[in-house]
Amino acid sequence: MNYWLIIFGMGFVTFGTRLLPIVLLERIEIPFVIQRALRFVPPAVLSAIILPELVLRDGALDLSLGNARLIAGVIAALVAWRTKNVVLTIAIGMIALWVLSAIVR
Amino acid sequence: MSDLMSMDSARSEFFAGVKAELPILLGVIPFGLIYGVLAINEAHLPPEVAIAMSSIVFAGSSQMIGQQLMGVGTPGIVIVMTTFVVNLRHALYSASTAPYIKHLRPLWKWLLAYLLTDEAYAVSISHYSENDSALTHKHWYFLGAGLALWSTWQLSTIVGVLAGAQVPESWALDFTLALTFIALVVPRLKDRPSIAAAVSAGIVAVIAFNWPYKLGLMLAALVGIVVGMALENRSLRSIASLVDQLPIDPSS
Repeated sequence: MNYWLIIFGMGFVTFGTRLLPIVLLERIEIPFVIQRALRFVPPAVLSAIILPELVLRDGALDLSLGNARLIAGVIAALVAWRTKNVVLTIAIGMIALWVLSAIVR
Repeated sequence: MSDLMSMDSARSEFFAGVKAELPILLGVIPFGLIYGVLAINEAHLPPEVAIAMSSIVFAGSSQMIGQQLMGVGTPGIVIVMTTFVVNLRHALYSASTAPYIKHLRPLWKWLLAYLLTDEAYAVSISHYSENDSALTHKHWYFLGAGLALWSTWQLSTIVGVLAGAQVPESWALDFTLALTFIALVVPRLKDRPSIAAAVSAGIVAVIAFNWPYKLGLMLAALVGIVVGMALENRSLRSIASLVDQLPIDPSS
């Protein structure tokens, strides 16, 4: 039964974190400073998720050409920049990763 | 607009959201399977607990850490606090989504907040910030993306728990997550403040990657936001000083 208590507690704090700012910002006119800050949330958070995936291998920095994920990620970024096409970016990125991993190995 | 047209447009937004989420699902499936397998084989959780966690908590990283901590008998309050810290970034997502869903009924807000994961946020916020159409039905897009992710997460967890199935690591399907985020972020880096926010956040995230409880990610996001704003301030000021130097009175 202890397990259930724990997961309901986990669920409660998770949902609370996701709901509270929406509710708090609902009635007030959002201050200009906050509005400007919020504009940077997507590029900041998403690149903070992406970059470690590309440059870290087993926790260590690897900026060499032998790092298949880094090279595939750079290729994907170029495709995204030129085409703005999500599916194409993912397809070319995955193919690049598979081909590079096969070569490097 | 007639009700029928409005329903049509809600439905097409919903399915556009589902469609936009599809590539991410490729990366989510192996993650859900691994969670299920570890919760049973390593943490020895009862199957019904492991499965229920996916709908009650519905947060991949927290569930992964949660099952590990439960497996070694960590006190419940510590696990709950850890979950809170790991999920702090969701407060940023929530604040950033808030202006777009302000007009919705409470039930909608609660539902969308429940579905507000990294994956649903990334896709929905990109759609919201496109200026192609009015806000009227964009929450249906969010719902479509959120439900697509939700059902995939539930199913892959269940398969992991009951069948112990895993996708071979060499397929590297987890990489589709990073690729989707690249596809969503890169086209949006149009001005210097955004680029600076992305670059600085990325660098801090790499440096602080080994910090516990995803705190490095949170710090990286905050640094990115501050750097972006500082740079924007500077360009706002230089525009203001240019206006000041104009020979004519701008107010005339």
